[in-house]
Amino acid sequence: MQIEVRNLSKKFGRVSAVDHVNFEIEQGKLIGLLGPSGGGKTTILRMLAGLEKPDAGEILFQGNKVNHLPPQERGIGFVFQNYALFKHMSVFDNIAFGLTVQRKSKSEIRDRVHEMIELIGLQGLENRAPHQLSGGQRQRVAFARALAPSPQLLLLDEPFAAIDAKVRKELRTWLREMISRVGITSIFVTHDQEEAVEVADEIMIINQGRLEQKGTPWQVYKEPLTPFVAGFLGESNLLHNPAHIVGFESAPRPHSEKARVLIRPEAIEVGREHEISNLSAAALGIVRSVQFRGSVWQVEVEVGEHRLLAHRTLEKETLLPGEQVAVLIHSLHLFHDEQSLFLENELKRANTRAI
Amino acid sequence: MKKLNITVTYLVFLLLLIIPLGQVLSSAFSTGFSGFWSALTDPQALHAFLISGILVGAVTALNTLFGVLLAMLLVRETGISRRIRQFLNAVVDLPFAVSPIIGGLMILLLLGPHTALGAFLEDHGVKIVFALPGMILATLFVTFPLMVREVMPVLQEIGTDQEEAAYTLGAGSWRTFWRVTWPSIRWGVLYGVVLTVARALGEFGAVLVVSGNIINKTQSATTLVYQQVENFNFVAANSLAFVLAGFSIVVLMTLEWAKRRKEV
Repeated sequence: MQIEVRNLSKKFGRVSAVDHVNFEIEQGKLIGLLGPSGGGKTTILRMLAGLEKPDAGEILFQGNKVNHLPPQERGIGFVFQNYALFKHMSVFDNIAFGLTVQRKSKSEIRDRVHEMIELIGLQGLENRAPHQLSGGQRQRVAFARALAPSPQLLLLDEPFAAIDAKVRKELRTWLREMISRVGITSIFVTHDQEEAVEVADEIMIINQGRLEQKGTPWQVYKEPLTPFVAGFLGESNLLHNPAHIVGFESAPRPHSEKARVLIRPEAIEVGREHEISNLSAAALGIVRSVQFRGSVWQVEVEVGEHRLLAHRTLEKETLLPGEQVAVLIHSLHLFHDEQSLFLENELKRANTRAI
Repeated sequence: MKKLNITVTYLVFLLLLIIPLGQVLSSAFSTGFSGFWSALTDPQALHAFLISGILVGAVTALNTLFGVLLAMLLVRETGISRRIRQFLNAVVDLPFAVSPIIGGLMILLLLGPHTALGAFLEDHGVKIVFALPGMILATLFVTFPLMVREVMPVLQEIGTDQEEAAYTLGAGSWRTFWRVTWPSIRWGVLYGVVLTVARALGEFGAVLVVSGNIINKTQSATTLVYQQVENFNFVAANSLAFVLAGFSIVVLMTLEWAKRRKEV
């Protein structure tokens, strides 16, 4: 289903939970709503479902306004954070619930439920009660229950939050496959950036009730529009002024206090002088600390007034704290005047383009 | 020390419960089984039991219906402002704090034959005070908190997730209530029913005030016991009391059973 949201707003008391949010979602896409807890993601999802009434704004499904429709008539499936399985019903009856509401015949219901149980791979557990299932199994049943009545839109509220880390990874892959197999437009809420990046076709970053940015995970990572997005997705160094960074001498001088400079750790090359690819574009720095981060070394290096975090691959020689090194900054993002600039090291190559 | 505690507990139990009950029993059968039986099958007693039965039935039905509705309203209806909710919540407990006799008096002062409302209703052929409706009202007043207070915490505990899930699956509020909410609250409701039955059967003060205790008309089993004692008919009084006590014990056993089911 194609979805459009215009100027959607919702307040709880005086707190603005959702603040003039606009977006459009294409048919068949899997969208991740990503942002810190309490940012309004779940409220947006609940308004799409009709479980919460917006104070202002419009929600359109396939171009038709659905604001006035109750959840029963929106043609959606909803997977709740704690699954909300009907605890007095068996797995079979849970999945069949939406179908009995539609007054399907007994044999139709049985066939559809068995189809769903096969899809989620829980054959033989039809008669179990929800409390006899593991977290991952409950999650699958909740998913099947929401999909059984063939909704046009699937909404998932923190679908993996209540599952332990190892199962979560498996389930993530599983859910992605299921959704692409069924081909249903889906929106899920998460506060875990790794989850959003891994699962979603597109992510929407929500902060303090506002939509900060929407795009593919790669786009949002590569070209963050706001300092918040830059800081939230991936690791980054945030500075106030690019003035004293070697290679960025002619960058625009931001006047406002709100201006920010963002440098990704992987955009910083740290090493002994003979290792650096383009020494003329590098500055000198002193290693302050070195930390093993699983797949890379994280090196904290002091360059002039700044302290920067950089990544260094494991196969290179280990740097020692106190050592003098060359620091080459390949690129940075500059945010000022409501604008976002991506700058590359001008001593390497003079090239500035607005995003 | 532990032994002493146990002994004291047993003693108190014996003194307060077992001995009086034994006394009731021995007095009821002091003239043999025939005395006990004739006291119970006396037309006045039979009528009193009938009145008590109607009273318990009507009160339990009404209290269950309105108690569950009010509990749903107080817990689920987010449209009501917080202040109104707090006020209603406090009012629910009022009958716990007010003596039943005062409860009865309130009804008498509001609907008695000498009040505007009472006279108006009587003119239209509706007799409330000194009749069954008044007794039902008085007993309802006394038993009102029992159902609400049983169901509210259960509703709060189960939360709204399952109900919302039912809505998103297309179920209306009626189906959602019966298929999703009711199975979760039914043992709580049963517990409330049992409490209501026990309380309604044993209620004396409020009923005495509004009924006028008219023989073969508005006399309930409890007020009949009171009258028989006044008339020094101890065998009759104790026979009735024994039956009431026996019934209450059965009801309370049911309560224990319901409680265990509720905890499952």
